[in-house]
Amino acid sequence: MSEATALEKIERVRSKPLRFRDEQITMAHGAGGKATLGLIEGLLAPAFGIPELADAAAVGELAVTTDSFVVKPLRFPGGSIGELAVNGTVNDLAVAGARPLALTLALVLEEGLAAGELRAEVEAIARAAEAAEVEVVAGDTKVVERGHCDAMYVTTTGIGRIDPRARLSPASLRPGDRILVSGPVGAHGVAIMLARGEFELDAPVESDTRPLWSAVDALLGAAGDALRCVRDATRGGVASVLNELARASGVAAVVREAAVPVAPAVTGACEILGIDPMYVANEGTLVAFVAPEAADEALAALRSAPGCAEAAEIGEVKTEPPGMVLVETSFGGRRVMDLLVGDPLPRIC
Amino acid sequence: MKFVDEFRDAELGRVLANEILATVEPGRHYKVMEVCGGHTHTIYKYGVDDLLPANVELVHGPGCPVCVIPMGRVDDGIAVAHRAGVIFTCFGDMMRVPGGAGTLLDAKAEGADVRMVYSPLDALRIARENPEREVIFFAVGFETTAPSTALTLMRAKAERVPNFFVFCNHVTIVPPLRALLESPDLRLDGFIGPGHVSTVVGARPFEFIPADYGKPVVISGFEPLDLLQSVHMVLRQLADGRCEVENQYKRVVPYDGNPQALRVLAEVFELRPHFEWRGLGFISHSGLKLSAAYADFDAELRYEVPGVRVADPKACQCGEVLKGVIKPWECKVFGTACTPERPIGTCMVSSEGACAAYYNYGRFARERVVV
Repeated sequence: MSEATALEKIERVRSKPLRFRDEQITMAHGAGGKATLGLIEGLLAPAFGIPELADAAAVGELAVTTDSFVVKPLRFPGGSIGELAVNGTVNDLAVAGARPLALTLALVLEEGLAAGELRAEVEAIARAAEAAEVEVVAGDTKVVERGHCDAMYVTTTGIGRIDPRARLSPASLRPGDRILVSGPVGAHGVAIMLARGEFELDAPVESDTRPLWSAVDALLGAAGDALRCVRDATRGGVASVLNELARASGVAAVVREAAVPVAPAVTGACEILGIDPMYVANEGTLVAFVAPEAADEALAALRSAPGCAEAAEIGEVKTEPPGMVLVETSFGGRRVMDLLVGDPLPRIC
Repeated sequence: MKFVDEFRDAELGRVLANEILATVEPGRHYKVMEVCGGHTHTIYKYGVDDLLPANVELVHGPGCPVCVIPMGRVDDGIAVAHRAGVIFTCFGDMMRVPGGAGTLLDAKAEGADVRMVYSPLDALRIARENPEREVIFFAVGFETTAPSTALTLMRAKAERVPNFFVFCNHVTIVPPLRALLESPDLRLDGFIGPGHVSTVVGARPFEFIPADYGKPVVISGFEPLDLLQSVHMVLRQLADGRCEVENQYKRVVPYDGNPQALRVLAEVFELRPHFEWRGLGFISHSGLKLSAAYADFDAELRYEVPGVRVADPKACQCGEVLKGVIKPWECKVFGTACTPERPIGTCMVSSEGACAAYYNYGRFARERVVV
């Protein structure tokens, strides 16, 4: 068998929808990589008769989304679970091209949780909602016995109004489209990792949690329907977003490693821990695909949005190899950047 | 990042690539083995081999600590992890290594308290924080990681931590290399020597390779420029008709190693008569166990383990991959039945494993020049 035949065989296996064949749930199913995709493509989407389990979906002129937050620890440099619960959900709406309008909130609380901690998080939710210009309009609370959840879990559901300028769809990606990121990658995951104190490592890294509607609004204003698709690069990082989109649209994404903005402290921590910042979670960084003729203007507009001054163009959509993400290394070589396997870091959001 | 970026300079990489081109004898095919999994990882991560002419072939060797753990030892670890009251700790990659029936990750989902640590000291800390539980550290690795396990054990002994145990799977680098060189199906022109191991053992232990087998060795660092320069040094030796141990990684590796680390190893460990290697079988004097002075911390003495030798799955060709006899993609199950998310063989588990590195990074390399 030649190398080419072996590779063809692999691609055939890879391009099949993932199946859910596991006997039990392991932490890998929550990591945003291949096991998560298997759970979605193999169990959830077929059960509901939908092609994919998108983060947000349109219902008439509205978009709706839901998300749960189980981050540990509750508070970390740059944010807390309450702030994440608002920003995570409004960002799922924003990247679907919808201006966030309102949220509902469900709290699962552990018996024994200090009232002060709960109050702090409720206040964080109120502040974040105000900053993101959404209202919290309804909710629910449940309490479980001590040991049956870890302090508190938060679920938020959001609705937004789809912006008339938005024509966002993975299917609209075309060879030549430019790939933008809205800021330095990997900060949230590294901040959480350091905040857990499991490694004897200290660095000034803060989570990037922030609402992203103003960034999407700026992109839509500058590029209109030349803005092909936007994703929030949360769990699994920028690498996972690129892989999902390349897979869904049958194109290739080619990233220039040297063009990806990463804060020096994040680079250092990742280097020591042996992880790639491209796979590390963000909570306020989006990836946008823009038609080439509108790319420069879109990037300039993005850089003027709050928190996005370091936005950058990191790569391009190509035809070959379909469904794959390739990296041009700063050393002059080339490698595949595949979906993440395994669980580098559980309970990141 | 200072002291790192300098060794990833693309411009210098091109200069070295040109020097390599000029050194290669036209029409000759070279096979150079990088022994260490860390090198394999760098080669694929940076696309280092994209800069080499096609007739310089890098063969991935047996130096990935996770890849050489046999299935029976994983089963023993899982059996200990399932004991009531136990906290079982290991490095992240180990959690996904398949044993005869499942992985440590599966054991965790079934209720065993399995925790990922980045250092054996983390395991010792967990033991101190949980005095009512017994904490076991699944120790793997070559002479690179063995000193940190040894120091942790010395600290545990000094602090009299009674609930900390080590399930020792440490191995040594020279015996498998000798076994490899004795293997009749092997045809290699030279070796890129393991840099991290050599920081401990030095370059001297590799002198037998040129002396007894007539092959050049260059101890190499782990950045892409280190590897390119080391390949060039091996090719240079071949072109000059020389054959010796050279040290490219002088900024870190002293020729005689780290005497303090070697003393610590000698105090805490002793050689086993033989140890099983995944795909390579039993190799004499290749594994370490805790010495008599540390017997109280030895998980193998503390717990009954099945201790059963589990045959490798028939379809799996990890042994041939580890010996460099076949390329990852030549294995019958590579990329189809055996993938990083559902590995059959250990080489597909760790990012330092030849198969995982090739699967994750190596496909779609650039076209290379033939000289």
